[in-house]
Amino acid sequence: MRYLIAVYRQQLKTAIAEQLQYRAALVIWLIEVALGPAVSISVWSTVARNEGGEVNGYNPSGFAAYFIATMLVNYATQTWVFWEFSRRVREGEFSPLLLRPLHPIHADIAQHLAYKILMLPVIGLVTLLLWLAFHAGFTPSPASLATFLPALLLAFALRFTLEWTLALLAFWLTQVNVINQLYVVVVLFLSGQLLPLSFLPAPLQAATAWLPFQWMVAFPAQLLSTGLSAQSVVAGFLAQLLWLLIGLGLLSFTWRRGLKRYTAVGG
Amino acid sequence: MRTYLRLLWTFFRVSLLGELAYRASFWLQVAESLIDLGTALAFVGVVFSYTRALNGWSADELLTLIGVYFLIGGAINMIIMPGMNRLIEQVRQGTLDYVLTKPEDAQLLASIQQIDIWKLLDILLGLALLAGATLWRGSVPGPLQLLAFALTLLAGTVIIYSFVLFLATLSFWYVRMENILVIFESMYEAGRWPVNIYPGWLRAILTFVVPVAFAVTVPAEALTARLTWLVLAGTLLLAALALLASRLFWRFAIRYYSGASS
Repeated sequence: MRYLIAVYRQQLKTAIAEQLQYRAALVIWLIEVALGPAVSISVWSTVARNEGGEVNGYNPSGFAAYFIATMLVNYATQTWVFWEFSRRVREGEFSPLLLRPLHPIHADIAQHLAYKILMLPVIGLVTLLLWLAFHAGFTPSPASLATFLPALLLAFALRFTLEWTLALLAFWLTQVNVINQLYVVVVLFLSGQLLPLSFLPAPLQAATAWLPFQWMVAFPAQLLSTGLSAQSVVAGFLAQLLWLLIGLGLLSFTWRRGLKRYTAVGG
Repeated sequence: MRTYLRLLWTFFRVSLLGELAYRASFWLQVAESLIDLGTALAFVGVVFSYTRALNGWSADELLTLIGVYFLIGGAINMIIMPGMNRLIEQVRQGTLDYVLTKPEDAQLLASIQQIDIWKLLDILLGLALLAGATLWRGSVPGPLQLLAFALTLLAGTVIIYSFVLFLATLSFWYVRMENILVIFESMYEAGRWPVNIYPGWLRAILTFVVPVAFAVTVPAEALTARLTWLVLAGTLLLAALALLASRLFWRFAIRYYSGASS
């Protein structure tokens, strides 16, 4: 354990030093991150105003709170392992990683954490600006607010595990971009990023109950924006844990199969 | 003018030949464009299941707007963006010298030197959407409307081109400009919706700072008969001014350029 902590500390230090070289990229990222929620809030607020102030229990400030919360959760949980992985396999960058005495997933986790820590001031600023600009109304109870952080951590663990597993497909396929793009779209709709899940057509809503995506974004976001009943909180945590276990099982299975399959391209 | 069109055609043919070597990527590109379109339509579908009109834009009118969005976006990403990205690269590496020594106008060469032909798909999808929206509405726009549409479409493209050229020209002084173009691309996505749904400050940005409104909303307004003469005249005037300004700025920048390779 002490060994692992030392490894993480070193990885974090390196990754932060790496990222600090790109300070201009921070500003660009700020605009990109703020724009998505701003568009969503504008669209749905317009719908609410056109329909007499409210749709499905959301008024403009409710929408603002929901989309700001999803932006925060999405920032905390999103990964970019897909794009990394296909490049790694294609260009043979995987071989040196495999020679290290530690599972490569740890380096990836550390890198993601470093990036997120570094972006914290940026995302804080975006949150504040959007909050003021769109008069967001957050209404969570203290109890549901207290469960937000653990839910967020589980959401990150779940999303990271699933996406890392999916990224392993690069061992079998060399062209994964279309699959990635499809996955991104599915997550966009079924995780609650694009719109609150209660706005989806009935069949899709039924599908979300059987899929892991809403536990990655919508669940923590709702804890933060409107709060949830004690019952749904417990059910949510159980679902997150269950999916995390399934994900870990899939991960170790796919990893072992993939390694056997891997013959370095270009290396 | 004839020479310019011939040059454009030559560049187009060269990139077509280059890409035809990779036939499998055709299907990948088709899939990518279709997923993009499907996402946009699905989102609009959900929105319109909760309302009949979005600040006065009915579903078929919004479809027209998305058609224009794909049409203009395709044109920008096919010719303007690749050329400008390459220009920035050339300034950094000093290879712009070779472009400048050629006997044609350097601004023109820089603007059309690189063509991403797959974006033709987006243009076709945009046209198909426009046709579909017209059929759905059941009334063909009159000749005057079509003329206004063509004019605003041209003006919008010119405004965007001038804007992007202006940004790319800044790379003569500041080396890392490609990031700025990325901002433009993400701002363009806001053009998927009529600008009147945005709060005032964001509408002002999308109109005057990053001229997305002129490229997408105004042509769509022309096609759906909500364009006033004043806006039409203003758009045309602005396009002419923007083109002139970016041209002058380019000439000024070229004089400043000393070549990194020498």
